[in-house]
Amino acid sequence: MAKIQFIDFGGTARTVEAEPGSTVMEAAIKNGVPGIEAECGGACACATCHVYIEPDWQEKVGAPSSMEEDMLDFAYDVRPNSRLACQITVNTDLDGLTVRTPEKQA
Amino acid sequence: MTETIKTDCLIIGAGPVGLFAVFELGLLDIRAHVVDILDKIGGQCAELYPEKPIYDIPGFPTVTGQGLIDNLMKQIEPFGPTFHLNEMVAEMQSLGTPTAPLFRVKTNADTIFEAKTILIAAGGGSFQPKKPPIPEIETYERESVYYAVRKIETFRGRSVLIVGGGDSALDWTLNLAPVAKRVTLMHRRDDFRAAPHSVEQMRALVRDGAMDLRIGQATKLEGQNGRLEKVLCRDNDGGEFAVECDAMLPFFGLTMKLGPIADWGLSLHENLIPADTEKFETSVPGIFAIGDINTYPGKLKLILSGFHEGALAAQKVQRYVYPDRRVTFQYTTSSTSLQKKLGVA
Repeated sequence: MAKIQFIDFGGTARTVEAEPGSTVMEAAIKNGVPGIEAECGGACACATCHVYIEPDWQEKVGAPSSMEEDMLDFAYDVRPNSRLACQITVNTDLDGLTVRTPEKQA
Repeated sequence: MTETIKTDCLIIGAGPVGLFAVFELGLLDIRAHVVDILDKIGGQCAELYPEKPIYDIPGFPTVTGQGLIDNLMKQIEPFGPTFHLNEMVAEMQSLGTPTAPLFRVKTNADTIFEAKTILIAAGGGSFQPKKPPIPEIETYERESVYYAVRKIETFRGRSVLIVGGGDSALDWTLNLAPVAKRVTLMHRRDDFRAAPHSVEQMRALVRDGAMDLRIGQATKLEGQNGRLEKVLCRDNDGGEFAVECDAMLPFFGLTMKLGPIADWGLSLHENLIPADTEKFETSVPGIFAIGDINTYPGKLKLILSGFHEGALAAQKVQRYVYPDRRVTFQYTTSSTSLQKKLGVA
């Protein structure tokens, strides 16, 4: 298991356990983390699981694929560290990953 | 004054669940009208994942969103539903009684229905444009900021800033460039998800000096009395620039909102509509909720659950539409009367 920390727009942090192989979005939904909507259920088709990767983690998490970049065009308040949580697969290297959720998803 | 459309059943939502409800109602001799806010049939399947495979439709090891919709359209062909696309239901008025319901429903395009029953199959809600994160953007929505082009003439002779990198942004850039005084397209990166052909055409216009392309994001709107004069922007390196314009068209895709149905007086639970599990009727007799929009103990948001819910709701709709009919349950495999309705007997 890997621990993932979500910090919401108001600054409240929540840490959840995520299974390697699952996605950061799934970990959020399973644990009822607010600030992640995932309208499309993980199809990379809605941009409502948008998160900001904390700077320390950007290198480990990596850059979005071109399909994900296309979807990020539709996200709210996109920044250089924006990713879609449904496209980040959890592995033990990401244990301790911290992401922030935006003010709103849409 | 438009003519009132009288119907046995008004279905809200042309997604898979609404479409299959047409089939189940059709077998019971109930014709339906279907309203959807999108300009195409298929709901989320067609809008969000037309090419993505679905693996949990019984009998289809794999089918794409669009493939499922195409098959459903073939399946309901014998029942010839009438579709009202590009329309959103707005006001609802109850004209009947709990035992003989009748509803008057008006859409945002002023179509008026008088329906004996209503099936709400609205999925995640109606698709509405996403708004970009710019403070006070609402102030300008009356006169300067538009989320869709209804009439090209609105933009004649104006300086238009179009924001986005998808097909809507590129198509309108190309269509408005000859009409507007000046078109500026702005996108957060110099890569576009729109059709390559449109992107090439846009780049050619930029080369010819017929329009401008800027890379960046809007941060602030400036103007007076709701009239836009200037949009302040930030490029990816933190540099700032301004685009002078009196019209802005942001294209950031669609999101789903429950919309005016929220004001119909139905009991709601966290933007979902509670329904019973026998008939999938809401707190208002004659109004049903099926598919992702409803909630009940054990609810699963699966397309197959919505199919089941539609079949059961149709049985109760029959009670309202044909109160004196003696109900006999029949199978399409063996009933010649059902087969006649399907046009296969």
